[in-house]
Amino acid sequence: MSDGDAKLLEGLRNGDDAAYEELVRTQGGRLLAVTRRILGNDDDAHDAVQEAFLSAFKSIDRFQGGSLVSTWLHRIAVNAALMKLRSRRRRPEESIDDLLPKYLEDGHPAQPAVPWRELSDAQLVRAETREQVRTAIDKLPEGYRTVLVLRDIEELDTAEVAELLEMTKNAVKTRLHRARQALRGLIEPELRAEGGPPE
Amino acid sequence: MSGTEMTCQELADFLMAYDDGELPSDQRTVFDEHLQMCPPCLTYLETYRETVRLGKSLCDEPEGAPPPECPEALVNAILTARKSGQ
Repeated sequence: MSDGDAKLLEGLRNGDDAAYEELVRTQGGRLLAVTRRILGNDDDAHDAVQEAFLSAFKSIDRFQGGSLVSTWLHRIAVNAALMKLRSRRRRPEESIDDLLPKYLEDGHPAQPAVPWRELSDAQLVRAETREQVRTAIDKLPEGYRTVLVLRDIEELDTAEVAELLEMTKNAVKTRLHRARQALRGLIEPELRAEGGPPE
Repeated sequence: MSGTEMTCQELADFLMAYDDGELPSDQRTVFDEHLQMCPPCLTYLETYRETVRLGKSLCDEPEGAPPPECPEALVNAILTARKSGQ
């Protein structure tokens, strides 16, 4: 544990208001980004962050310090977002089929893939590129978006995602692959190389 | 996937298993042979990988950028809820 984390934890365990405010101010933005990616809307993301912090406050005495405070909070926020997701999952699951590539009867693609323009690391972190990807992820059916976000963005492993979502590991892999294919199709129009054939 | 040939559709179905090194060696060989002969499938593989890279980049904060801020209203709501023991 870092010195900063140790001092912060001491303040939290002593009920120091300033320590609580510091924790929320330094970690809240990141956690909001995490819950926003999982839940796909701001209102639910705010609720999940609030629930995550309140849950963390209650269990602060049980935090052993085996990981960074930020890592511990990240896991709590993921769980809070998934709880929220379950509580609102009342509608039938949307199909992803319309977003997947189409094939002819002989197995050839109906629309062969065309190259994309190359993105440098600098372009990759540009706000515009990130916003395009974020918008495309939000268009994925919920059950697929969740798997993609947890595996590819939050970087949980397959077994962890399977446990959190109460699915088999094979089901997680299948969903992840389809979600990636669908996301690829959604961002392709923005990334086609100059002079490439129109969609 | 079976036999010594595969279609573009089969290749797309097994892309993730290929990249994760989960294909048996004989199927991997068939996969590699198809990629060598089929530029659109090679492009599909490259753009699939780029899609994964783009997704992963979302949690990388730009170097030197400040961490994302928590909206003031949310900070206040959390601290108020703590005080009221919710």
